[in-house]
Amino acid sequence: MSELSVKHLLGIKYITKEDIDLIFQTADNFKEVINRPIKKVPSLRDITIANLFFENSTRTKLSFELAEKRLSADVINFSAAASSVKKGETLIDTVNNILSMKVDMVVMRHPNPGAGVFLSKHINASIVNAGDGAHEHPTQALLDSYSIRERLGDVGGKNVVIVGDILHSRVALSNIYALKLQGANVKVCGPKTLMPKYIESLGVEVELNLRKALEWCDVANMLRVQNERMDISYFPSTREYTQQYGVDKALLNSLDKEIVIMHPGPINRGVEITSDVADSDQAIILNQVENGVAVRMAVLYLLASKIKQ
Amino acid sequence: MSQKVLLNATEVHIILNRLACQLIENHEDFTDTVLIGIQPRGIFLAERIKQLLTDTYKIENVELGYLDITFFRDDFRRSEKILAANKTQIDFVVENKKVVFIDDVLYTGRSINAALTAVQSFGRPKEVELLCLIDRRFSRHLPIQPDYRGRQVDAINEEKVKVSWVENEGEDTVYVINK
Repeated sequence: MSELSVKHLLGIKYITKEDIDLIFQTADNFKEVINRPIKKVPSLRDITIANLFFENSTRTKLSFELAEKRLSADVINFSAAASSVKKGETLIDTVNNILSMKVDMVVMRHPNPGAGVFLSKHINASIVNAGDGAHEHPTQALLDSYSIRERLGDVGGKNVVIVGDILHSRVALSNIYALKLQGANVKVCGPKTLMPKYIESLGVEVELNLRKALEWCDVANMLRVQNERMDISYFPSTREYTQQYGVDKALLNSLDKEIVIMHPGPINRGVEITSDVADSDQAIILNQVENGVAVRMAVLYLLASKIKQ
Repeated sequence: MSQKVLLNATEVHIILNRLACQLIENHEDFTDTVLIGIQPRGIFLAERIKQLLTDTYKIENVELGYLDITFFRDDFRRSEKILAANKTQIDFVVENKKVVFIDDVLYTGRSINAALTAVQSFGRPKEVELLCLIDRRFSRHLPIQPDYRGRQVDAINEEKVKVSWVENEGEDTVYVINK
């Protein structure tokens, strides 16, 4: 086993195929660990991790915190809503204050793209990007690929379509990097207004017709419409969006093969997917959540192994 | 680097049979006993012992699992050696069972110390014993001793004891290698 090529996990863009393989092998071991009667290992008992969430999060925050606790790390939590950030403190000041309490690793979610990269240039602790604006969300992409690998055996050669709000989605960008790195074929599908301008330069095809996209793919990753990031209206109405880009059971049943449905959450039931799709056997949404803990344990463990005594 | 043969194939086979018989002496039909091979090198010895118990001594239902101790090691971040995790597979209940740890070489005792913590993730064993093929005495860092030992050696720290198995290296031999 080699080690990760990076000190921080800032984005999939900065890591290699070998890094992904190593993370997945390690996650396999942690998946076994979290299914034991006692789901805890002592590896990170002398590591302190700060979870800095400058933006709201439910599952990512819980998943990271659980992963850290399963590894026996000491955890401190910070959320911007109840902090001095509101009093005008800068990001570096906030983080340096936290680091002076002898913190070894930082897990950060921030509304500004590149916040993690910026921070990595100013502090010594290992940083894990838990989402920076509409830029990257590397652990989500890793757990998505890990879940595809678990269900279909391999990611390489598979046809994956990412459906929905590509423009505002850090999940989409990280997934595109991760899937391409592993040799999958990737299409994006959604309203033209929600497609980034130079998306083809990432080596993906744009498909505006949902049915055609689903007929082509093995896996459909359904994204939420990120209303909170929309300052203008990108489509006429939610109802029209659902008619064009929503997946329901009837649509899935009309395909000549059974495709895998993924969703990074939170789901807007009845908008991008209906409840009967979300709760069907074709959906691996809850597997994604379970795998999220194992993958995050692997990432934290491998990054921590690079922090020498 | 020089190496000498500590045990040849015949000697290894005699010792394996003796260890199997000693286990039977203490555990009879193995109804309350489970074997756990310590990853990565203990699993070959564990499989051999199980094979002997089943094929030669006709004991049925001997349960064998594999335990990986990587995440329980006490030298994480403290050594240059990169720790590779292996598969843990324990498909039986450990609670209230007599557990026999099986490893090829007992050296500092730190692996077994980690294994003692790791196995508790699967329940509280009634008791835990240790079987090893080679016991490097005078090298212990912890108060851990084997209950069943194949051969005791006085190798110095600069030497390495390597156990080769037919299924892995093509021969059943134990070497002492001068690094």
